[in-house]
Amino acid sequence: MSLIETLLANLDTLLLYVFALCAFVGAALMIVLRQPMRVALALISTMIFLGGIYGLLGVHFIAAFQVLIYVGAVMVFMVYVIMLLDVRDPAVRRRYSKFLLPGLAAFVLLVGTLIYAAWNALPAASRTAGSEGFGLQLFATTFLNAYWLHFELTSVLLLAAVVAAIAVIRAGGRRDG
Amino acid sequence: MDKVQILLALALALFAIGLLGVTVRRNLLVMLMCMELALNGANLALVTFAHQMGEAVGAVLVFLIFVVAAAEIAIAIPIVLLLVRRKHTLDPGAYSDLKG
Repeated sequence: MSLIETLLANLDTLLLYVFALCAFVGAALMIVLRQPMRVALALISTMIFLGGIYGLLGVHFIAAFQVLIYVGAVMVFMVYVIMLLDVRDPAVRRRYSKFLLPGLAAFVLLVGTLIYAAWNALPAASRTAGSEGFGLQLFATTFLNAYWLHFELTSVLLLAAVVAAIAVIRAGGRRDG
Repeated sequence: MDKVQILLALALALFAIGLLGVTVRRNLLVMLMCMELALNGANLALVTFAHQMGEAVGAVLVFLIFVVAAAEIAIAIPIVLLLVRRKHTLDPGAYSDLKG
């Protein structure tokens, strides 16, 4: 009985750990799986678990946009392209390129360096000053007061990306036809 | 380990796995997806620090990264389709004739 009560009292932390573990497993599966569609599904599950982590941290709007933009837009686009392309491609049959061993060595080095740097330079981890998080109001005020120019610049970036995508497609069509 | 350390370790792991995937996988689309994974790791670190400090600046940066990721995918997918139309394969090794 008391065990269940303790679990329920710490349900947030428990869920956070479970979501973190699931996100990590999804990411690790992305390296191992062979079919692009399965890799895409592993990435989608990782993103959804990350959204759950954001929700548990109290930044619900980022959780919503994580699911809306990443899963709803980016990954749907990716899944469409995977279905569009040929699955008998030799790139699908062989999982790893010839950079497997150098890549693994670089991976081990990078992880070692990052752990060394992060664990030495981490500021006192359990700061309680702002551990309550922040609401949408603070975010919106900061976003549209101090960073409105960056917000407008992202719209220019999106426009440039759309124009560039059209240009790439038209250049390819001209070469082929 | 407390919550912040767990989340930072997860962010580190996601970024490192994404980088590993870009290096060792043999499929252009899978490499793109691993890039998205690395971006997600950076996002998680930003959100964790923003949560720890109680300031919204990190969340603003996460929003800008969302937009950049959408733009990146919108331009990367047509490039991949163009490459596939030319060589009929997703293997990046087939483009070694781009070597100088």
